[in-house]
Amino acid sequence: MTEENLLEIRDLKVHFEIKSGILKRTAGVVKAVDGVDLDIRRGEILGLVGESGCGKTTVGRAILRLVEATSGSVKFKGRDIFKLSSTEMKPLRREMQLVFQDPYSSLDPRSKVGDIVGEGLRVHGVTDRKERYRRVLEALEMVGLQEPHMRRFPHEFSGGQRQRIGIARALVVKPSFIVCDEPVSALDVSIQSQVLNLLKDLQQELDLTLLFIAHDMSVVEHLCNRVAVMYLGKIVEVAEREELFGNPQHPYTQALMSAIPIADPKVKRERIILPGDPPSPLRPPPGCRFHTRCPEAIDICSQEIPQQIDLGRQHLCACHLRQPEPDAVQQPA
Amino acid sequence: MTKHQHDFQPSTNSQPLLEIHDLRTYFFTRDGTVKAVDGVSLTVERGQIHGLVGESGCGKSMTAMSILRLVDKPGRIVSGEVLFKGEDLLKKTRHEMTAIRGKQISVIFQEPKSSLNPVLRVGTQLIEVLRIHEGKQRTIKRKDAVEQLRSVGIPDPDRRVENYPHEMSGGMAQRVMIAMGMACAPDLLIADEPTTALDVTIQAQVLDLIRKLRDEHEMGVILITHDMGIVAEMADIVTVMYAGTAVEEAPTVELFETPLHPYTQGLIASIPVMGQVKERLEVIPGNVPNLIDMPPGCRFAPRCKARIEHGLTRCEVEEPHMIEAKPNHFVRCWLYEGES
Ligand SMILES: Nc1ncnc2c1ncn2[C@@H]1O[C@H](COP(=O)(O)OP(=O)(O)OP(=O)(O)O)[C@@H](O)[C@H]1O
Ligand SMILES: Nc1ncnc2c1ncn2[C@@H]1O[C@H](COP(=O)(O)OP(=O)(O)OP(=O)(O)O)[C@@H](O)[C@H]1O
Ligand code: SF4
Ligand code: SF4
Ligand SMILES: [Mg+2]
Ligand SMILES: [Mg+2]
Repeated sequence: MTEENLLEIRDLKVHFEIKSGILKRTAGVVKAVDGVDLDIRRGEILGLVGESGCGKTTVGRAILRLVEATSGSVKFKGRDIFKLSSTEMKPLRREMQLVFQDPYSSLDPRSKVGDIVGEGLRVHGVTDRKERYRRVLEALEMVGLQEPHMRRFPHEFSGGQRQRIGIARALVVKPSFIVCDEPVSALDVSIQSQVLNLLKDLQQELDLTLLFIAHDMSVVEHLCNRVAVMYLGKIVEVAEREELFGNPQHPYTQALMSAIPIADPKVKRERIILPGDPPSPLRPPPGCRFHTRCPEAIDICSQEIPQQIDLGRQHLCACHLRQPEPDAVQQPA
Repeated sequence: MTKHQHDFQPSTNSQPLLEIHDLRTYFFTRDGTVKAVDGVSLTVERGQIHGLVGESGCGKSMTAMSILRLVDKPGRIVSGEVLFKGEDLLKKTRHEMTAIRGKQISVIFQEPKSSLNPVLRVGTQLIEVLRIHEGKQRTIKRKDAVEQLRSVGIPDPDRRVENYPHEMSGGMAQRVMIAMGMACAPDLLIADEPTTALDVTIQAQVLDLIRKLRDEHEMGVILITHDMGIVAEMADIVTVMYAGTAVEEAPTVELFETPLHPYTQGLIASIPVMGQVKERLEVIPGNVPNLIDMPPGCRFAPRCKARIEHGLTRCEVEEPHMIEAKPNHFVRCWLYEGES
């Protein structure tokens, strides 16, 4: 494991069995995550994008061990977390936090904000009340809220403020890594920008590493240092932000980017309109999973699964038609 | 000249397809009067896509529902005019409205699946709609339904016509809704967040379809969305709503290049635009006001920086009017009023 990676995910699979009937027979297996390789570097914001149901949330939950992985490994600071006992896992749980998508349902409506934010401290053994109060206040102030807010209930806050409370709840235990699962998707644009700026500031000030899950490419471009694109349980492309947005290589990434409406009426682009819908993860197509919609598909695509290769400049892509640039491989980054 | 005082001549050829003047729709609740739509004026020409944007709860859907006269209790349209081909829809009988809704104005909603009947095959539902529109002149068969599905780009329409709604994806169900909406060849299509529930690659298919149908049928479209990207790509003209009122209206390029209203300026600056990375996004401080206790003057005043910069005092006491600040560019803000 290289020093620069905080997390290394290897061949991660999360399959869900669907049971049906009174005998609860297995009626099928949802291959939500099906062989994901991904490194998350220390101090970066890594964006994970892809369409609904492609497995983004499941990757995030598997990393935090909130869902049982079927196979594969996740190393956090060099230790394979799937091999740790729950006692060994506990300190790591403090270091790895989660911010949810929905600021409305993720906060207990009957608890005061101070208790919601302080909950993690209690769990992680901060017994001194004064100490807890001090840390909760510190976390709230970091996200731009104040002392009187501690005694209020979630319904008294707007969506953007609630999302700040969710972020404060994650920050209070001083984590080194946070999975942000679509933290701004439920927010209006004028509120969304407040939360995005806040995340950017906090990441820099506190030297955090973030996995930022989103389906909105423009949000990801604004915030992230590197971006991974997922399609039907697999990562199809990973690169630095400028490289990915300036030089997308995978046909799916290219289509995804061309499909995003740009809020500038003078920008006119050639649209790649993909036919059909993404296939069901219950019956993923053989070979390249994108071949049923890919405008460039050739014969081999429906037979062989393309491997992730480095095209150069640490630009990883899994497509039979993309080969490394001859000069760019093997050079130190 | 204030916009809702526009002179309009009934039934000339240059007459717009739809003209709304100072529409107001209120909800009379136990907590007070919710002014959901409180002064909206807009015009839709044939073959034009008019984008209606604004943040959640600002009254976009209620504007659409008011045009269609589908506002339920405790809501009521309290004033205004909705001129469709020169005739005021607010003066029509319920019976006349049903006919107009079926034949000349179609609507598609955000959640296609909840608008389809879950226990009927989509083919059956489509045939039913086609029968209503064709009257008794012709017998409608399965193959007409198949054709209709094909026309909205549903692959394998022969098989799909037998599907129940739950057997379809969101994008496909939305196409079925559009197929039904188009069955009567409407003059006006109201699309209320037609792609919000869909993925981007599917959204692109549906937007493409709406554009194509507009071109083919010279249909006027009101496209409701909160996505400024969709507006930029689809609309010819845009109305921006804030807290129940229209605050700005301009041709799309003009609106994005020279937004006049401080809210629109803030909105445009706060969107992350692909290909234009900024170190920081603009922020509009504060929140949308409660529609029950609306501030007396300009609704945006509590969040408006321009008001302070320009030392305007009337903003908090007197509501500004919608004025034509530049040709075809309307705005409701004291910064542009009273200069004459
Ligand atoms: N507990 C579960 N049991 C069965 N299937 C599941 C479960 N959790 C997730 N899935 C399925 O796994 C797939 C991936 O789901 P996941 O929530 O990870 O997607 P996502 O990329 O986060 O999507 P979204 O953008 O909609 O949040 C989906 O098909 C989903 O229906
Ligand atoms: N039955 C009702 N009783 C009271 N208020 C209502 C009712 N229906 C709608 N409203 C209010 O009317 C206002 C306008 O609602 P509308 O649905 O038009 O918003 P919108 O702009 O379409 O928002 P969104 O983007 O979330 O769809 C909202 O503030 C809403 O709370
Ligand atoms: S492997 Fe084939 S099907 Fe898959 S993305 Fe590449 S060209 Fe398309
Ligand atoms: S009227 Fe005044 S408060 Fe309202 S937007 Fe204009 S300057 Fe701001
Ligand atoms: Mg998710
Ligand atoms: Mg709405």
